Amino acid sequence: MKAQYGLDEPVLTQYFGRLWDALHLDFGMSLTQNVPVSRLVVDRLPSTIVLTLVSVGLFLVFGIGLAYLASYVQWRPARLLLSRLPAVGISLPTFFVGLLLIQLFAFSLGWFPARGTSGWRSVVLPGVTLAIPGSAMLAQVLIKSLGDTWQEPYIVTAKAKGLSRWAIQLRHAFRNGALPALTLLGVLVGHTVTNAVVVETVFSRSGLGQLAQQAVLSQDVPVVQAIIVIAAVIFVAVNLIVDLLYSFLDPRVAHTARVT
Amino acid sequence: MSAGAGANIVELSGLSVGYRRRGRTTLAVDSLDLAIASGETVAVVGESGSGKTTTANAILGLLPANGQITAGSIRVAGTDITAAGERTLRAIRGTVVGLVPQDPMVGLNPTMRIGGQVAESVRRRGVDKRLVPAEVVEVLERAGLDNPVLRARQYPHELSGGMRQRVLIAIALAGHPRLIVADEPTSALDVTVQRTILDHLGRLVTETGTSLLIITHDLGVAADRADRVIVMQNGRVVERGDPESILLASSDPYTRHLIEVAPALSHSGHVVPRFTEVDPAPEILRLEAVSKDFRLPRTSGGDRVFRALEDVTLSVRAGQTLGLVGESGSGKTTALRIAMGLDKPTSGRVLLDGKDITSAGWSELRPLRRRFQLVHQNPYSSLDPRFSVEESIAEPLVSFRVGNRASRSARVRELLDQVALPVDFRERRPSELSGGQRQRVAIARALALGPELVFLDEPVSALDVSVQDQILGLLTGLQRELGVSYFFISHDLAVVAQLSHEVAVLRRGRVVESGSTAAVFAAPEQEHTRELLGAIPGQRFAAALAAAPRPEGIRSEPDGIPAGSEELRS
Repeated sequence: MKAQYGLDEPVLTQYFGRLWDALHLDFGMSLTQNVPVSRLVVDRLPSTIVLTLVSVGLFLVFGIGLAYLASYVQWRPARLLLSRLPAVGISLPTFFVGLLLIQLFAFSLGWFPARGTSGWRSVVLPGVTLAIPGSAMLAQVLIKSLGDTWQEPYIVTAKAKGLSRWAIQLRHAFRNGALPALTLLGVLVGHTVTNAVVVETVFSRSGLGQLAQQAVLSQDVPVVQAIIVIAAVIFVAVNLIVDLLYSFLDPRVAHTARVT
Repeated sequence: MSAGAGANIVELSGLSVGYRRRGRTTLAVDSLDLAIASGETVAVVGESGSGKTTTANAILGLLPANGQITAGSIRVAGTDITAAGERTLRAIRGTVVGLVPQDPMVGLNPTMRIGGQVAESVRRRGVDKRLVPAEVVEVLERAGLDNPVLRARQYPHELSGGMRQRVLIAIALAGHPRLIVADEPTSALDVTVQRTILDHLGRLVTETGTSLLIITHDLGVAADRADRVIVMQNGRVVERGDPESILLASSDPYTRHLIEVAPALSHSGHVVPRFTEVDPAPEILRLEAVSKDFRLPRTSGGDRVFRALEDVTLSVRAGQTLGLVGESGSGKTTALRIAMGLDKPTSGRVLLDGKDITSAGWSELRPLRRRFQLVHQNPYSSLDPRFSVEESIAEPLVSFRVGNRASRSARVRELLDQVALPVDFRERRPSELSGGQRQRVAIARALALGPELVFLDEPVSALDVSVQDQILGLLTGLQRELGVSYFFISHDLAVVAQLSHEVAVLRRGRVVESGSTAAVFAAPEQEHTRELLGAIPGQRFAAALAAAPRPEGIRSEPDGIPAGSEELRS
């Protein structure tokens, strides 16, 4: 038994051995299901990745679209309504929204399946559910920073050129206003992965989140470990991408001080 | 555009503009009449709160959301735009009226190439797509930028302030407007840059027959460039006329006051130093043969070293002022940082009261910091907005554990009295104070520990002329009273003359000229010093003023002006 799990070796050897194995995507055997952890993970990973990508895509569209509209519209009531919407989105718990959507679109209207992992239809409801908190937070930050950007002196320069509000928002306000929201983006994608646990449970999707939940309940440590490592890698990777995006969006980052 | 409205491009008649705040409307501009003819240059002069910027914004239809035209009318190129909608206004902006905004450092979109920003203006004229890039380069060149092809590809942060201002001028020109509104176009720039840019703008306007409306707080700038000058105070016109008659024979007390307080205008256009002799007092601070190198970020050219200061020797005498003059990039700030022990020199020594502090570490410098203090350039950002005036002033006392609560409070009262602020200001926050009042608080804070030496980093360059004058008066008064020494940094020779016993002119990290202020100003030896002196606004009338009989009492002693009176106008 001890030899099977390598517990008879010195602690250091065990530690570095495991680390080496993990680097080669070998996370050992699951304690409860008696299959390699990597196989479990590889089975479940695609559906979670699809779900996460769909919901990241949705929250980008919702969040940016809402913020864009809220700072463009000039009619006060509409503007007020749009800029208060994110607060509602943030305060809705994910599981509650999920159940609500299932009730409406799966049971009453029958447009989308209430559960399962097969077909593109099955990803719509969980995707939307997962996207709501992200888009709300993104929109809230964006509305604020776009509002601030509209007060910048270079907007006055743009107005004085005789540009339309639409052109100013598109060419001058948006890119500058998006910069503060960019850091948040990395965090939000991380949150989406975490939230996937809840959503996959609500919608009974066989994804990584569901696997994590089961593994925690049955104290299947190798599985939990593997999932944590994967989540950490995704988190770091996303934040790296965000940092690289910065230099793409803000020339001041890419072009370091050139003394003339 | 029809020329139906006669020769006038802009006609303001009885214009009043108010700002709504908490249900109340305060007038910023009160029944203003102003007409600008084709090809004419008009200057509107006034201090902050005079309504001059509001006037400029009203002409462009760029009043903020809470701004409102309460009476009168605005006609631009024959069109009444008093109540015009966005569409009409947009048709006028850029192509009929162009704007050169106030601060070039923030007036350009940081995430967009220069070329793209200029192209937006060019396209407003409906220029063929393929011709736009060529026109952009051409207009950049006309605005006086070297290497316009490269500039068009650069981003704003890669350009200096003067270059950015030229880009903004190019943007205004690119729409071929009939009137250019220049709102304090150069007050954020060095004197020499300021002069070249204003000269250039003036030339362009003459060449193209464009009208120019200059908005400025500096009567010298206005007098040098405008055909007509309008002086505004609290939203009302107090005087209008040609520059000669205003400068020479103004009847209005406010205009007279503005002339008196402008250091460059008060003495018939000559800069006259306040102190004519240097007392051979012992040196309190001495920089000896100081050099400072900065390593530049690795570029394609490999590792390079930028020499910010080279063999600089300066000294401040006890109870007197050393003025260090130079343009941006000349090394003034580096010298200041080294003198304060914030940076270490690459070579050379720093002596405080004869004691070498060049290599003193933090813990050795810490007790010495009680003896020298700093007043920053911008009073709007140097005070903690959450601190009350009392907390700000008492902070040095707290951090050096001087006295107890009661004694600190007494010291704050004493300091407020010394900087001529009412004692009941203690509880106010910086946002409730005007610029001049904030700078007084900053000075009080610097004096709290009773230092022997105070570093003044452009202490008045962010302030209106008449407030400048009051602060300078306060500083000289405090020096006389307390015997404190000043190490004073400025790019403005006219201001330096008001405060300094000795002056050193810095250029590209070297001291090109130094000596007593009187000697340097009377007979500058170096070309660069002469250039700096010549760039002081108000020169055009030096001759005219000198030739005319001098009105009596043209200058009252600035110390005599009631301190804190700027709050009446703010």
